[in-house]
Amino acid sequence: MTETQFWTFFFIILTFGIYIIIAWRSRVKETKEFYVASQGVPTLANGAAIAADWMSAASFIGMAGLIAFLGSDGSVYLMGWTGGYVLLALLLAPYLRKWGKFTVPEFVGDRYSESVRLVAAICAIVVSFTYVVGQMAGGGIVFSRFLGLSIEWGVVLVAVVIFFYAVLGGMKGITYTQVAQYTVLIIAYLIPAFAVAYQTTGIPIPQISYGQILSELDALSAEFGLSAFTEAFAGRAGGQVDVFLVTLSLMLGTAGLPHVIIRFYTTKTVRGARYSAFWALFFISLLYLTAPAVGAFTKLNLLQGVQGQSPDTLPNWINTWGATGLVTVNEDAETIQTVSNIATSGADLIVNNDILVLASPEIGGLPAPIVGLMAAGGMAAAMSTAAGLLLVISSAASHDLYFRVIKKTGATDKEQMLVGRIAMAVAILVAIWAGINPPAFVAQVVAFAFGLAASTFFPILILGIFWKKANGPGATAGMLSGLVFTSTYMIYTLEVFGTGANDHILNVSPEGIGAVGAAVNFIVTVVVSKLTAPPSQVVQEMVEEIRYPQTRAAARS
Amino acid sequence: MSDVAHEGNSGVPPEAEDISWRQRYWKKNLRLMLVLLAVWFTVSFGFGILLIEPLNNIVIFGFPLGLWFAQQGSVYTFLILILVYALWMDKIDDEFGVAERNDEGGYK
Repeated sequence: MTETQFWTFFFIILTFGIYIIIAWRSRVKETKEFYVASQGVPTLANGAAIAADWMSAASFIGMAGLIAFLGSDGSVYLMGWTGGYVLLALLLAPYLRKWGKFTVPEFVGDRYSESVRLVAAICAIVVSFTYVVGQMAGGGIVFSRFLGLSIEWGVVLVAVVIFFYAVLGGMKGITYTQVAQYTVLIIAYLIPAFAVAYQTTGIPIPQISYGQILSELDALSAEFGLSAFTEAFAGRAGGQVDVFLVTLSLMLGTAGLPHVIIRFYTTKTVRGARYSAFWALFFISLLYLTAPAVGAFTKLNLLQGVQGQSPDTLPNWINTWGATGLVTVNEDAETIQTVSNIATSGADLIVNNDILVLASPEIGGLPAPIVGLMAAGGMAAAMSTAAGLLLVISSAASHDLYFRVIKKTGATDKEQMLVGRIAMAVAILVAIWAGINPPAFVAQVVAFAFGLAASTFFPILILGIFWKKANGPGATAGMLSGLVFTSTYMIYTLEVFGTGANDHILNVSPEGIGAVGAAVNFIVTVVVSKLTAPPSQVVQEMVEEIRYPQTRAAARS
Repeated sequence: MSDVAHEGNSGVPPEAEDISWRQRYWKKNLRLMLVLLAVWFTVSFGFGILLIEPLNNIVIFGFPLGLWFAQQGSVYTFLILILVYALWMDKIDDEFGVAERNDEGGYK
């Protein structure tokens, strides 16, 4: 066993042990605890849990590398995945918390109609499932790269630990485990980032100091045939229009993703929901503001390391990671002339996006324990996101489908818990299978999950809160047309569904179509609602109720 | 400010006064929301995307300004917007006597 492997085992066993202890201490007995942690989660803890839930294996491992090569246009992810929290905080979280039940489909069911609830439950399951498969696969990859285990065993091991704390503790277990996971992942991310910033510029704050290297990086990138980091609209083929639409789609999708929204049901008060949103974005931004800096620094170090070198004299880490297939060197090249992150580019040195974070401790010359900590951080990111998604799948399947369609009345609390746990267990088994054999469309999780969340959930949630006249037929028609429109365009432009990839219409990439789908949903919902009878007085009264933190009568008594 | 005070000792039936305070509360909430959303749009989509190229001509601490807004400034702005919203809503809640600061959730 190498020193790196020792430390990786050390940190993985240590952190998994902590997660299991937390899970055992927060095991639950009631449905309300299982689904919404009894609405007793303090705002700071909820913020950290949302952040861990939000930042997936891809955020942790892939984002810095993605930005390094996208350059300026990497901002679509940075703004898209943070700006959505403003929408959540201002437009959704306080009102959904005031209404205060268990799931997102349940809200639209109460607000609109049972058929909307069914469509919403199915959408929630599909969206979350796409997402969770990527996490399982991501966890498996971390295992295989750092420990030399097979991906299959990695996936199974991840699933067993998640199974333990999710089935036992439901939302409560997941929340408190996520607080621990956030701590692990942010420490693992920030240490190498601060170190590399300090080594390169003498200023240990990467968010500030990466400005200093940008002109050097641009010059060096040009030498290796890469586009300049600072040039806007160079990274994405669709240019400005596409950057705009992708950013908007990711923001609307963020605000519409059920696994994020339900976290705001777990706070004690409406006020708590508002502050939870603040803490969530605060914790998320610690990583997101660092990612572009890590990308820029590591890319600069990488290019400087290979400049003027022949394939035999490259830095050590390239050999170490060559075995994983993440780095490919053209052995026939005299010296390394071109660098790319695209496997088919034919460049002398081809690096996978993930390598920029995974190898950053080695590129920066940091000791083995830090590498082990990175592995634990990657695992924490994958597991925390997977657990949150599995909860959405199980709650939609049991609470919104089983107890609404199959067994409509007379379920005891005990029975509901049991069905919830069984649904969770089944979801984990399916996720293991899919994590080992990922269906092709999972590679497009960004387009798919965010596009569908933006075009189905977001508009009807907003209209449901801010427009009393939005009604059941309107929401059903809106949701279905958003869904059909968006998925049709994705099937048209992406190969992953087994169809040919066609050219993008008007430069709109499949990742950006969600924003257009959301507009379609908005318009259809409004038009159909206007043409049909307004919702009942009871429903309108409910909309009125959720707009205020508490009734004044309650406040006075 | 006086909303709570005069309501507390007047015997107005809840139905009648309910509507007026609610409308005023909701209007204040909406106005705050729209102002914050305007800033949200201007900084992210405005400075970070639509105006990024002209702004990139200004360089501060090595950062072309448009790039800085797109990768850093917009996120700081989002954070401030949510904080301002939460603090301001506390103030509005106090004004209308619906604050939840000291209880465990009040409304169940």
